[in-house]
Amino acid sequence: MLNKLYDWIDERLDITPLWRDLADHEVPEHVNPAHHFSAFVYCFGGLTFFVVVIQVLSGMFLAMYYVPDIERAWDSIYHLQYNVAYGKIVRGMHHWGASVVIVMMFLHTLRVFFQGAYKKPRELNWIVGVLIFIVMLALGLTGYLLPWDMKALFATNVTLNIIESVPIIGEPLRVLLAGDGAITGAQTLTRFFAIHVFFLPAVLFLLIGLHFIMIRRQGISGPL
Amino acid sequence: MRRGKGMKFVGDSRIPASHRKPNIPKDYSEYPGKTELFYPDFLLKEWLVGAVFLVGFLCLTIVGEPPLEREADPTDSSYIPMPDWYFLFLYQLLKYSYASGDYNLIGVLIIPGIAITALLLAPFLDRSPKRRPKDRPIATGFMLLAVAGIIYLTWEAVVTHDWETAKQQGMITEAAQDVEIDTSHPGYEIYQAQSCLSCHGANLEGSGANPPLIGTDKTEEEIMDIAVNGIGAMPAGLFDGTEEELQQLAEFIKSVE
Ligand code: HEM
Repeated sequence: MLNKLYDWIDERLDITPLWRDLADHEVPEHVNPAHHFSAFVYCFGGLTFFVVVIQVLSGMFLAMYYVPDIERAWDSIYHLQYNVAYGKIVRGMHHWGASVVIVMMFLHTLRVFFQGAYKKPRELNWIVGVLIFIVMLALGLTGYLLPWDMKALFATNVTLNIIESVPIIGEPLRVLLAGDGAITGAQTLTRFFAIHVFFLPAVLFLLIGLHFIMIRRQGISGPL
Repeated sequence: MRRGKGMKFVGDSRIPASHRKPNIPKDYSEYPGKTELFYPDFLLKEWLVGAVFLVGFLCLTIVGEPPLEREADPTDSSYIPMPDWYFLFLYQLLKYSYASGDYNLIGVLIIPGIAITALLLAPFLDRSPKRRPKDRPIATGFMLLAVAGIIYLTWEAVVTHDWETAKQQGMITEAAQDVEIDTSHPGYEIYQAQSCLSCHGANLEGSGANPPLIGTDKTEEEIMDIAVNGIGAMPAGLFDGTEEELQQLAEFIKSVE
């Protein structure tokens, strides 16, 4: 039945090459923890991706309740956390995921670095990786403001002041991010929301896509 | 033309061991040892690892409730800000006098800028074909130094932060308007006169690091003791009335729920 369906689609769209690119490859012994336990270090990249998926899914559920408006943002989070069934879990997953993803990504970066896996021919993938790192940190920074509680507002104030203190580009950059030269307020919240939910994820998906294409192209680096 | 399965494809997605890209490593099949098909064998194992990871992760979310402080109040100038933990090292860096004030540029631009640029350009700075950490001491050394620096700065930020105050200043307090304050209570006058109000607020709602007194779980005796002897950051000797007034004050504070 499934085979028939596959054949039917394949006959029209020729999907076999796609399938082969995705899944038809071999896993060498030196990265397989079933053969060498120490190869668990190769899992960090995959686990990072797993947490990214958790973040995307839990974020979509958060968006069902969250209101990006200074009057109601906090109330919407409060409502989600204390009144909605399993709201605590949804918010908890996004909250903890934000930390765990940083940890996993850091471990992954250290694995790649200490194995010298960024060397020729993988320079470009390393650069994409560092860009991903920066995007993830920016996601953490913009997400921190969204609950609009005390720590959110005051930490963001500090961040914006730091940005502003950079010569020449500092002030325009602050206005671009915060929507205002001095106030962290309604404009800031909507901008951070848009950046956190639309801009940065779009960039992140693009970069992760490139990352994976390059890994499939080049294969994993050989044993040390 | 016959399409679909059986068609010949140009360019296998596995590493081409061809002369076109001489710097590309060998095909997996040329590595010594036991390679395994990604699908389905290896993928199944990956899913098992993923399932175990997910269970651990869900335990974490159940045990640790995500924190929510009270709603943002831009007028509260006494709040001590705190970033999320993975930015603590930067926050700490900016506290040192050679990375702030007149030297602000060093802290916000030069040090992080050099670090990020070096990380981005690592493949071009560390060009030898050697891959083992001990065969490239400079790269390894700098990375260990950076990691040690980040851990040290994070640690310093954690131990110098006043966690007790931080917890107090963010607590969600019951909205003041929901609480009935009996201003005709004799204790209220004393509350005002003895300057309690200036820190704990006209509606006992607290301010900044000064905790609210609404619905306190302390006993009257404890309240009396605190008024006279202070507690934590609250100094002793704030109360200088009679014993009877002290009793009335404690009764009043206890009565506000
Ligand atoms: C969302 C973040 C990221 C995800 C999901 C991700 C995912 C992956 C995965 C699944 C692999 C395959 C090998 C492994 O799992 O270890 C990989 C390899 C690699 N990653 Fe990442 N990565 C991320 C971030 C980064 C960062 C921040 C860097 C560097 C700064 C980086 C650099 C590399 C390099 C150079 C390779 C090739 C390593 C080799 O061939 O041995 N990645 N990545």
